[in-house]
Amino acid sequence: MEEIPGVIRTIPLNYYIFLSTALFVIGIVGVMVRRNALIIFMSIELMLNAVNLLLTAFSSYRSDPAGQVFVFFIMAVAAAEVTVGLAIIVMIYRNTRSVDVGILNRLKW
Amino acid sequence: MADKIFYFLTFLSLISAMLVIFSRNPVHSVLYLILTFFCLSGHYILLNAQFLAAVNIIVYAGAIMVLFLFVIMFLNLREDTEPRKGMAAKLAAVVSGGLLLLIMVAALRTADMSTLNNPASFDSQIGLVENLGRVLFTDFLLPFELASVLFLVAMVGAVMLGKREAGERNF
Repeated sequence: MEEIPGVIRTIPLNYYIFLSTALFVIGIVGVMVRRNALIIFMSIELMLNAVNLLLTAFSSYRSDPAGQVFVFFIMAVAAAEVTVGLAIIVMIYRNTRSVDVGILNRLKW
Repeated sequence: MADKIFYFLTFLSLISAMLVIFSRNPVHSVLYLILTFFCLSGHYILLNAQFLAAVNIIVYAGAIMVLFLFVIMFLNLREDTEPRKGMAAKLAAVVSGGLLLLIMVAALRTADMSTLNNPASFDSQIGLVENLGRVLFTDFLLPFELASVLFLVAMVGAVMLGKREAGERNF
């Protein structure tokens, strides 16, 4: 057992919860405000990273490695998701000549 | 010292995350998102999770954001081509997001997390490569192998989607 890292001694865990909540909310606002499909996709990445930070903080504060392994798997799944998602966006651009999600509103019906 | 670095990184990551969603040029958004990822890597280092910090930079800032940049330059997106949403929709989005933040903060403000940390059995070395590798190859061996199958499926899916088909409408 080594010394407890300084940030765990001085910063309460609540601050990490607030930080990742704020990052998650910024991602949600980004999804709702923008119409560019690429920016919406980046906002989703931002939300994923907020969750990653929360998992890592809990894992470090509890000194339980399972949380950090989960973060590793989330990163792997995010990489796979990005390849497929960007391929879909390229296909949308090829068919409609724009990446505006408003054009795709007929997918609702 | 560590708390000053924490506050600085928090400030920088929130500012750059806001700039990601509010900057007009998609290339600037990507660059600010890379800055956000570097800030989060700094947080991981503060939390003594060195492996995740390295993987975050390599996978997110390295691979994923280069893919985004490649697609943006491939599609030749400019800032003047994006249609804007109306002011009412933007205001509604910001208000609903702010309400969610308010509810989460109000619900978690008084939560007592101090019992989570047990100093007697605390091990600060769990985030290092050696420990995480041991856990990954003993307890999480099956998910680790399944992740490779997932990558294969994603690769086949990306090639399938990106391929030009005969009956497809191409301008």
